[in-house]
Amino acid sequence: MDYGLLSSIIHSILVASTPLVFAGLGALIQERAGVLNLGIEGLMIVGALAGFATAVAGSPLLVSIFVAALAGAMLASIFALLVLRLYANPVATGLALTLFGLGLAALAGSQYVGQAAPQVAVWEIPFLSQIPVVGRALFSHDPLVYLSIFTAFVIWWFLTKSRTGLILRAVGENHTSAHALGFSVRGVRFLAIICGGALAGIGGSYLTLVQTPLFVEGMTAGRGWIALALVVFASWRPFRVIAGAYLFGSVSIIQLHGQALGVSIASQWLSMLPYIVTIGALVIIAGRNDLTHKPPGALGSIFRESK
Amino acid sequence: MNKSGVVLGLLALVAIAVAVVLFKPAEKKEKVVVADKTKVGFVYVGPVADAGWTYEHDRGRLAVEKQHGNKVETVFVESVSEGPDAERVIAQMAADGADMIFTTSFGYMNPTIKVAKQFPNVKFEHATGYKRADNVATYSSRFYEGRHVLGLIAGKMTKSNTIGYIASFPIPEVVRGINAAYLAAKSVNPEVQFKVIWVSTWFDPGKEADAAKALIDQGADILMQHTDSAAPMKIAEERGIYAFGQASDQAAYGPNAQLTAIIDDWAPYYVRRVDEAMNGSWSSTDTWGGFDTGMVALAPYGKAVPDDVKAMAREAHKAITEGRLHAFTGPVNKQDGSPWLKAGETADDGTLLGMDFYVEGIEGSLP
Repeated sequence: MDYGLLSSIIHSILVASTPLVFAGLGALIQERAGVLNLGIEGLMIVGALAGFATAVAGSPLLVSIFVAALAGAMLASIFALLVLRLYANPVATGLALTLFGLGLAALAGSQYVGQAAPQVAVWEIPFLSQIPVVGRALFSHDPLVYLSIFTAFVIWWFLTKSRTGLILRAVGENHTSAHALGFSVRGVRFLAIICGGALAGIGGSYLTLVQTPLFVEGMTAGRGWIALALVVFASWRPFRVIAGAYLFGSVSIIQLHGQALGVSIASQWLSMLPYIVTIGALVIIAGRNDLTHKPPGALGSIFRESK
Repeated sequence: MNKSGVVLGLLALVAIAVAVVLFKPAEKKEKVVVADKTKVGFVYVGPVADAGWTYEHDRGRLAVEKQHGNKVETVFVESVSEGPDAERVIAQMAADGADMIFTTSFGYMNPTIKVAKQFPNVKFEHATGYKRADNVATYSSRFYEGRHVLGLIAGKMTKSNTIGYIASFPIPEVVRGINAAYLAAKSVNPEVQFKVIWVSTWFDPGKEADAAKALIDQGADILMQHTDSAAPMKIAEERGIYAFGQASDQAAYGPNAQLTAIIDDWAPYYVRRVDEAMNGSWSSTDTWGGFDTGMVALAPYGKAVPDDVKAMAREAHKAITEGRLHAFTGPVNKQDGSPWLKAGETADDGTLLGMDFYVEGIEGSLP
């Protein structure tokens, strides 16, 4: 085995998976609060454009990411208004958000087609990045790869160790009880939607700033939907989202390398694999009775405050 | 909390509304109704701003306007999905008084034939299809002639003797391109090897970029692609290797990386056909034009191309244009070793249009 190639493959897998990690975590935090947001794809592409436009204007990476997060959060706030305040059907509203985001990004982004953003610098972690094979594969990435893993840690800590996280989960499990206990269901959900939108925006911007890196309309190409599937696959656990995203990334990158190496597995099978695995996970979850794998109890339901 | 939520949401709505007003959508249809003008309609599968396939068709439309001045009026509808929606758009265009309609994607074939029956006096032109009628002509380009020149350049310039090829779907058009490029590269560099990755999509910049990285990691130092985004060119630029642009000049994405690009130039064909429609000599034809008709063109050679390679590429370009050279000239065997073309024999169009096999020397199998 060629170790140089191996480390390149692992490096590419991490890069290809990172947008899914961000977007998946963004969907997860909303779903744990009981909000089903099918607009992830739209939030991602708007973040992709916002981040790219900021980078083209010459801003440093941190500012570009911040603007991408802001754009995602802004667009998500429309969703929040419609679903939380006006009681719109969340499924229809989420789909509309996807279509709207794709259209908006195409319209506002036409002038950015053909432009180049500055290349993102790599952060080589001292000492660790010097280890042969592993160093290049895992410890010489752009800052966003590390940030995505850090974000998963933060969300895990928030959901399992903090009081606010407990409230968020209570709202997601049973909003009537949470309301009766005096928690603001809509307030919690609003914040969850804003955070989720910001994360989806960052995920989108990773595509335009690092992975591709250019902007064309429709370039998210279904990654928002994969992120939604990942959350189910991960049974609503942050670290499993990372595992799922890396599994998905591995399958897609390894099949590309396999083809170039002349391995004769029908590439269509490998393209299908992640989706088959997700469906399999769904079936397993549906068949199990223990509480740890259940979706949040109030997921996708509309909350009306009794007067 | 709830109030601030509403306020924020409203603010966002207002911001979006302002943005929509500021970035007013490009006019979907241009209309100047003057009775004696010839009205020419175009149906596009993508947005005009796609920097590729549709962009080049629209340049053809603009050339028609420029050439015929105020004797013609053009209309277009962009981003029309292939299927029932296309039929509605084409029929509407014909009903609105178009004298001639270009439908510019393979998937418009059946809708075009169907609408053409309802409007026998309207002339239809369908790109890349094979169904014709008295008032439906078809046209396409011999892009493989461009691939031949690309293959020569790649064969001469590769140092690792490995060319990476990002392919979309195993349809004859794409297979033909791989074969043409490989035969040309092999003719100038017997050591050359092609690595082909099928990405099963026309457009997914992320996946195309990943495929480009995989090929480079496996030693390719020149990339070719038959997908629609400029992502592979961008990756080639970042990694400091070379690539060829697809459908349109992509030098903006790879100022150092682009060696040249195959450009679909529809302008000469559109101008000529509109001219024929206006003077009454139009008839239903099947056009498959190459360098000779100007329908396939090459972008200026990049600065990395050495002079002797440029000279060789120019000579091949000229020879194909003048009909002295065919990209598929025997002896050529199929991949399994069975003979295809005898020495000096050139491929017939029928075989080329239905090409479903690799030529000898290419590794791997078609998906």
